[in-house]
Amino acid sequence: MIIPRRPLSLWERLYLPAVWGGFKITLRHFFKKKVTMQYPEERWTVPAGYRGAPYLVRDQDGRTKCVSCQLCEFICPPKAIRITPPGPQPNPGVGNVEKLPQEFEINMLRCIFCGYCQEVCPEEAIFLMKDYSLSGHSRAEMIYDKERLLALGGTHQDQHQKWKQKAREAAAQGIAPAPEATP
Amino acid sequence: MSTSTAAPPKAGPPSVESLTVKVDGRAIVVPKLSPDWQGKPAPTTMIQACEAAGVTVPHYCYHPKLPVAGNCRMCLVEFGTPALGPDRKPILNPDGTLKIAKSPRPAIACATPVSPNMEIYTTTPGVKQMREGVLEFLLINHPLDCPICDQAGECKLQEYSVEYGQAASRFAEQKVHKPKQVDLGPRLILDDERCILCSRCIRFTRDIVGDDALGFVNRGSYNTLTHYPGRPFDNNYTLNTADICPVGALTSKDFRFQMRVWFLRETPSLCTSCGTGCNLLIGSREDRIYRYVPRENEAVNGCWMCDAGRLNYGWVGRRDRLTECRMRHPKGGWQVTNWPALLAAVTEKLAQAAPGSVALIASARQTNEELYLLSRLATRLGALTDAVPRPGQADHLLVCADRNPNSTGARVMGLAATPLGANLPRILEGLRSGKVKTLVVFGEDVTALGVEPALLARLDAVIVSDILPSPTTELAHYLLPGCAHAEKRGTFTNVKGRVQKFMKAVEPRGDARPEWETLTELARGLCGLGNFGGIEGLFNQMALDIPAFEGLTWSKLGDGGANLVLPIPPQP
Ligand code: SF4
Ligand code: SF4
Ligand code: SF4
Ligand code: SF4
Ligand code: FES
Repeated sequence: MIIPRRPLSLWERLYLPAVWGGFKITLRHFFKKKVTMQYPEERWTVPAGYRGAPYLVRDQDGRTKCVSCQLCEFICPPKAIRITPPGPQPNPGVGNVEKLPQEFEINMLRCIFCGYCQEVCPEEAIFLMKDYSLSGHSRAEMIYDKERLLALGGTHQDQHQKWKQKAREAAAQGIAPAPEATP
Repeated sequence: MSTSTAAPPKAGPPSVESLTVKVDGRAIVVPKLSPDWQGKPAPTTMIQACEAAGVTVPHYCYHPKLPVAGNCRMCLVEFGTPALGPDRKPILNPDGTLKIAKSPRPAIACATPVSPNMEIYTTTPGVKQMREGVLEFLLINHPLDCPICDQAGECKLQEYSVEYGQAASRFAEQKVHKPKQVDLGPRLILDDERCILCSRCIRFTRDIVGDDALGFVNRGSYNTLTHYPGRPFDNNYTLNTADICPVGALTSKDFRFQMRVWFLRETPSLCTSCGTGCNLLIGSREDRIYRYVPRENEAVNGCWMCDAGRLNYGWVGRRDRLTECRMRHPKGGWQVTNWPALLAAVTEKLAQAAPGSVALIASARQTNEELYLLSRLATRLGALTDAVPRPGQADHLLVCADRNPNSTGARVMGLAATPLGANLPRILEGLRSGKVKTLVVFGEDVTALGVEPALLARLDAVIVSDILPSPTTELAHYLLPGCAHAEKRGTFTNVKGRVQKFMKAVEPRGDARPEWETLTELARGLCGLGNFGGIEGLFNQMALDIPAFEGLTWSKLGDGGANLVLPIPPQP
């Protein structure tokens, strides 16, 4: 079926009314409240529970909370985490915690911000924080190492400090040596 | 741990030697006597009957290869026996079946013998409650160190807690603390808080090794495992206690904090440190070997292996491994080349050698297949051959005086003299007199046998295949980089004539490739042998050619190996 096109009237062919209509809309918005955001100078306040980049944390005593159990490395769906365990050499600084990762890397190009690492961590050592826009000049720069992750993660107030508590309990029961972790 | 020792229930009607029991309602015929931990016949226990019925009974202290201790109570089951009337005759149900009187008390399955028509119940609410109770007691003072415990992932306390335990703890009191990170001996670390006091380690070292070094001190909640005061726990079998410890109380210093076990891929392999050929599993991740653990084989090593063999894996990952094909430049110096060029040059060199002017020194650390191909080459070249002996001290358990893993193979192939190395003086003599002009060396350092470097420099050709650098590889004219056993497949024949195969766990380094592949190509060029179609075909061809292997095929070897058909001449 062919629908014949209606020829434009003289008023329509003038175009000026349509242009004027457009100006009117623009003018109306000109005095309204602005909705665009001046990114990156201006940023979203992300809602609570937002899943951004995962970082490592220290507790209020400055102890690296991660004990290198490698559960996050195992659970991570895109295999973004790579942990180097400490090996058998004794580390006097870690006390009764015994273990600390020698290296801990997260490949932020791989990470899908799923939060499994935070969920699986038995030590509350890794948290998905609010960072959502990560950038770098090279791929290597996007692999965050332990120091960088700890610096970005900051301090986490630990309610329990179970290792410290264990060391104190043992010492009170006369079990020596009862080393307490030194940061 | 499952074991193959429980004799399979006999077919046909139950004879006097067997009896019928019911496990969870299913009747099963079991022998009256079953092998105990030493393999001697002893009354069949409930746990053996349950295993024969395919019913798992959780257990900690019971181990099929250790004397029964019956101290953990994890294996408690309920049972019933035929009810007897006042006339000591079994009472019958109205339908003519035996009336079963359920025992009011449970029994530990690991130490209670079965009796005729006994019924064992493992799924009743009572059994469930008892398991929960035992686990609750085990956990009250347990540190729950799982995130830092090397046992996590293969821990029976974790597994049974998930399967049979309760979800939450009711223990509000403070836990009893015990020594941690205890240096028990040169290869073991003890964490007393994690110990569940099953005494497996004590029984192992006392009854299997004969070194009564471990024991418990103190009582009740303070009961603690320790070694004899002032004497570290040090014998050649200590690391087996880390394997049989159901929890993370005993862990290996060597493997400590190296890798979580769930990342390790397990490859069936063999120990290469002596002629016993203990079966083992290689634990590797991404081409790095992290540990060896024994693999059960009743015909060879039972459940055990020695510490020396277990820790002898570091060389596979050494940085100075030979990884390049190299030829000596006519004007001196090395020239790195590739396999086709190297093999063509070696084939040409060997083809030109006059019969009788070639000597071949093989290694009894090579596989049967490689030694077979070498023997074919030696026949073609009319070469004088031998392998290098590695004598050591035998012990009372597993370690054998022959420290080569495949001396038997070398002798069966006709490559090595009996005794091993008897031909070496003749080869040396030939080298000195100038009769031998070409020397082929596989996997040995001949300079350690008295061949002076100057002697090697005089020869027409020195063709060397090896894994690690040695003075001999430095002097080679042609260097063929080879593979560790963990990087290839093959078979060894142990001192008792058992042929066993091993699998590939990690990739070869650099340009190195399995010697059997290299030798297949040399044998094709020199002897006109065909392609065997992989290691399976090569083994099957060898079995056809070598009478001692008659009837064997790669697939017939299975996981546990098979005995040679011919008796092997004993080593004097
Ligand atoms: S958030 Fe998900 S993808 Fe990212 S590191 Fe954690 S587990 Fe891996
Ligand atoms: S799960 Fe937690 S404690 Fe374990 S390795 Fe990851 S961050 Fe560290
Ligand atoms: S012994 Fe088992 S349950 Fe105990 S800390 Fe180790 S892994 Fe966890
Ligand atoms: S250390 Fe292990 S094997 Fe020895 S008694 Fe304790 S739990 Fe049992
Ligand atoms: S396994 Fe039977 S009591 Fe321990």
